[in-house]
Amino acid sequence: MSVQAESPSRQELETASVVPLRHPWRWVSAAIITLLVVMIAYTLVANERFEWPTVARYLFSRPIIDGLLLTIQLTVIATVASLILGTMLALMRTSANPILRLSAAAYIWIFRSVPLLVQLILFYNISALFPTINIGLPFGIGPQFAFGEVNAIITPMVAAILAFSLNESAYTAETVRGGLLSVDKGQIEAGRAMGFSEGKIVWLVVLPQALRVFIPPFGNQVVNLLKMTSLVSVIALADLLYSAQIIYSRTFETIPLLIVASIWYLILVSAMSYGQSLLEARFAQRGNRVGKATKRSGPTTDTSRFFALKTGAVQVQATSEKDER
Amino acid sequence: MTAPLVEIMGVRKSYGDLDVLKGIDLEVQEGQVVCLIGPSGGGKSTLLRCVNHLERVDQGAIKVAGEVVGYRWQNNSLHEMRSSQVCKQRAKIGMVFQQFNLFAHKTVLQNVTMGPIKLLGLSKDEAIERARTLLDHVGLLDKQSAYPSQLSGGQSQRVAIARALAMEPRLMLFDEPTSALDPELVGDVLSVMRDLVSQGMTMLVVTHEMGFARDAADSVAFMAGGEIVEHGTPEQVLGNPQRERTRSFLSRVSA
Ligand SMILES: Nc1ncnc2c1ncn2[C@@H]1O[C@H](COP(=O)(O)OP(=O)(O)OP(=O)(O)O)[C@@H](O)[C@H]1O
Ligand SMILES: [Mg+2]
Repeated sequence: MSVQAESPSRQELETASVVPLRHPWRWVSAAIITLLVVMIAYTLVANERFEWPTVARYLFSRPIIDGLLLTIQLTVIATVASLILGTMLALMRTSANPILRLSAAAYIWIFRSVPLLVQLILFYNISALFPTINIGLPFGIGPQFAFGEVNAIITPMVAAILAFSLNESAYTAETVRGGLLSVDKGQIEAGRAMGFSEGKIVWLVVLPQALRVFIPPFGNQVVNLLKMTSLVSVIALADLLYSAQIIYSRTFETIPLLIVASIWYLILVSAMSYGQSLLEARFAQRGNRVGKATKRSGPTTDTSRFFALKTGAVQVQATSEKDER
Repeated sequence: MTAPLVEIMGVRKSYGDLDVLKGIDLEVQEGQVVCLIGPSGGGKSTLLRCVNHLERVDQGAIKVAGEVVGYRWQNNSLHEMRSSQVCKQRAKIGMVFQQFNLFAHKTVLQNVTMGPIKLLGLSKDEAIERARTLLDHVGLLDKQSAYPSQLSGGQSQRVAIARALAMEPRLMLFDEPTSALDPELVGDVLSVMRDLVSQGMTMLVVTHEMGFARDAADSVAFMAGGEIVEHGTPEQVLGNPQRERTRSFLSRVSA
């Protein structure tokens, strides 16, 4: 045991300067990482086989930009569709109606269990199952309003949109449900007691608060979706990656073209992350909550609670003020 | 004598095997204050929640302002109401919870204006004016743009009362409104409630505040084991209880 230093007087304590805790390991780790970054940067520049001039030549080339636009289009459509369908599924899953609950659970079960790649190929080949499509009464009773060859309707793009939207909806449904469950039951009860209908409670009380919990995992999901759209190469849809593949299968400039595609994915994901952080900030502002609204412990005044949110230094000051009273 | 504002008639309710309410009869006259006291698990909250149909009764019925709550009388039987009609009935009954249950994503002002705007069809300006008047009454006008997380428990509960009053209810239900509060904040909430009493609001109050029950209530009902064991004026029930169960409860509470 170390020898306890003589305890300081009150005056010494009040006037003493504060020495912050040192963090030597931060410096060590920073040094190691800096070294690694320099090494990687050196390889990137020095290794001729990266073929940076080729990368530059293709980065803004027509097929790559077209592929990029298709990737963006597919991601946006599937995201929007999954928001609508996924929210509906989540509300169904949490509803009091057992039939709605079960069917939503079955949907989520199937679309999350079957690999996305399988779903994509299935939708692409759906005409093998349903060669024609009729719109009218079921089982062919009465007049049919529309009729079509499935093969003509399900282009690779339509198959991709269907597969990604339906699959993504299953995941979005679970993310939305997580948000819904996070909302304090007491507030739902208070809404009921005031005379709000269940629909109004969902719209006015639950969804706005579920959103805050929903955004981070949903952002994650969309980033995943963006990259998963590269699966469409199996149905010969020219997205960003497949456009690059088409070129390098002809020119054998494999690595530079993969780098071209990666650069665009990096840019897209960075833009999305930035958008996500803006959204999070937008919804975090509301009421900057600290835990639950109900606090029982200790006679905290409003100002001390407010300051406690800020730096530790202020908190110490606030408590010492109180102690003196 | 006019019909009571609240008539609870032979109400029974059970959760599975547990009989929580075993045939409750209770009346509240317009402008009266009735306090429900009793040990934990006695069924007080359940009874209160039956009055605005947050819980469904298994047997018996509750009338508020002459209407059976949650059911329609037709062909000699009670038919469960459509939820839109239940909502209309609930809008006339204010409720204040132990845990305040303010809408955490809305400011104090928005909490109070939301009901009048969305349910009563008031314009935004009218609702804001009504809310400001009420917040002024509960002494929180300066907190109108705060969020619930920035309020103390006592302030939260006063906002919750203002929010309920903004709907201009005929009846107010209170479920242990001061039980989650630090002792020094209880007084603020009780004084708001006393103001309401003096304005002639009809109130059904579950509380452990014997002082409030003694001097604000017109009658006190002692509830235990799903029954009303004793019911009378505060002097009778609190001052001179007839039943052993009431006496032992009171001695434990005041001890
Ligand atoms: N949703 C529920 N499901 C099952 N049992 C319940 C439910 N709600 C209440 N109970 C039970 O019913 C009984 C009465 O509960 P209630 O909340 O009405 O009591 P209380 O008198 O309000 O008690 P307290 O003073 O603790 O609030 C308790 O035994 C409780 O466990
Ligand atoms: Mg209770």
